[in-house]
Amino acid sequence: MTSASTAPEFWSVADTARKIAAGELTAERLVEAMLARIANLDRELGAFLETDGDGAREAAREIDRKRTAGEPLGPLAGVPISLKDMLVTKGVTTTAGSKILEGWVPPFDATVVERLRAAGAVLLGKVNCDEFGMGSSTERSAYKKTRNPWDPSRVPGGSSGGSSASVAAGLCAASLGTDTGGSIRQPAAFCGVVGLKPTYGRVSRWGVVAFASSLDQVGPLTRTVADAALVLQAIAGHDPRDATSLTAPVPSFSEGLAAGVQGLKVGLPKEYFEGAIEDDVRAALDRTIAALRDQGATFVELSLPHTSLALPAYYLVAPAEASSNLARYDGVRFGKRAEASDLLDLYRKTRGAGFGPEVKRRIMLGTYALRSGYYDAYYKKAQQIRTLIKRDFDAAFGQCDVLLTPTTPTAAYRFDAKQTPLDMYLGDVFTLACNLAGLPGLSVPCGLSRDGLPIGAQLLGRPLDEVTLLRTGAAIEAAVGLGARRPSGIGGIS
Amino acid sequence: MAALTRKEVEEIALLARLHLESDEIDRMQHELGAILEHFAVIAGTDTTDVPPMTHAVPMDMPLRADEVQPSLPVEEALRGAPKKDGNLIVVPAIIPGAE
Repeated sequence: MTSASTAPEFWSVADTARKIAAGELTAERLVEAMLARIANLDRELGAFLETDGDGAREAAREIDRKRTAGEPLGPLAGVPISLKDMLVTKGVTTTAGSKILEGWVPPFDATVVERLRAAGAVLLGKVNCDEFGMGSSTERSAYKKTRNPWDPSRVPGGSSGGSSASVAAGLCAASLGTDTGGSIRQPAAFCGVVGLKPTYGRVSRWGVVAFASSLDQVGPLTRTVADAALVLQAIAGHDPRDATSLTAPVPSFSEGLAAGVQGLKVGLPKEYFEGAIEDDVRAALDRTIAALRDQGATFVELSLPHTSLALPAYYLVAPAEASSNLARYDGVRFGKRAEASDLLDLYRKTRGAGFGPEVKRRIMLGTYALRSGYYDAYYKKAQQIRTLIKRDFDAAFGQCDVLLTPTTPTAAYRFDAKQTPLDMYLGDVFTLACNLAGLPGLSVPCGLSRDGLPIGAQLLGRPLDEVTLLRTGAAIEAAVGLGARRPSGIGGIS
Repeated sequence: MAALTRKEVEEIALLARLHLESDEIDRMQHELGAILEHFAVIAGTDTTDVPPMTHAVPMDMPLRADEVQPSLPVEEALRGAPKKDGNLIVVPAIIPGAE
């Protein structure tokens, strides 16, 4: 879908690159307009932790120079993009939303950042997230509150809440987030944008601040499905620096996007339609199903019997991996250091002062699950359940091409609505299994609630089959998407 | 299963190299207990002969030639170190009282 808006802040990725390449607008003028817009709106929105005005202007001038000189431009030439602060950026402060990394300026770029630069993207800066990606509302950032552009009294989702808010509010054309248990798809659903978690291994994790290494993936948040395809194209593919990166060939994600869903078999896993789902979410999914059926898709109801075990398995596996990964934040080689009399004391005080409550909780939970004598009962058991969940999906994809579910049980909730850690974890119930099984997952807007809040439909696909997700997502977007509707919760957004 | 003692919380915090204040220990005891209680459901799941899954996608450890590759200059690599002396990172005494 191309953008109907004439205002450059809501241009699609494809339109922006085309207009810049055609010289309709210089990259420099566009970046100045975006930086002015951020300065104007982000004090209230709170999406950005740091803007890189100098770096963005320099990149934009280089695009304009190349165009004037007749040199080839990359596919994302001049496209303004924000980056979740989990992605390491050379010369630009990277904190992962944590005080323990306050002021850390990395000496290198993550592979995905290198690839965006090579494609001509203009990187505007770093956006807010829950500390180390651990949270579902961005309320666990050590720095600031990010608001939902549709209703500033509500959360933008998380952990990639700065990404979803910045894209929805037109402060950038696209953002890169990370997704360990739903952290791209859930905020995308809450802010009415498209969020894609690629197949595990599709995108390099090199230079991504590690949370849970067997689950983490980087992916795009965009305003359209076609834009998600374009950004994924720029970042996907093997990277020798990431041993878990796949060597599978990368298809064209944009080709066949408009091919429709005639003959597509869509699975409806009953476990994802039971229980405490808001009426408005259920109604939006019903309309989505009806729209796809009208376009020639067929539906099969099926069961993923181990679904209820995904949450406990995830919240043992992910914290166990996190407790190991976060051992590197010890105050020795980089980051904050507390004053201490001996080395053990230095570790304990640095980590005690530098990590926030949710990160401490997960490190404790993970350390408990990995502890000698408890390993078999918790960590190993959770890994075995992971196998059962993967087998459920394998069986389901014998009966259908793609699975359709709600992304979240509710639309965006108000700040401080989740009173206990467990309440917060339960909100992730529909997004976790995808990561445990390593599948690709897409959240696409499928309407608004009666309160005017966006609702997301989630598509889960076979490993490496992002193409079918994007094609199905494009059909949903065309039929029941938000169209030209924009959030109006933050002053000046139109 | 579940309920954690205060002593257990302190032991885990030591293993995790985390200093926790007294009120944090109380809160952690309560919160971790509630979480583990909720997770007790996994104990009742039959996983006989089910292999544990360590990675989403089966993969062999890739090998590469053992060759020198370009790397960060020492000065760049040490730029973020909180305390250094020339090309060295300075830490407090590893064995207490040895300094």
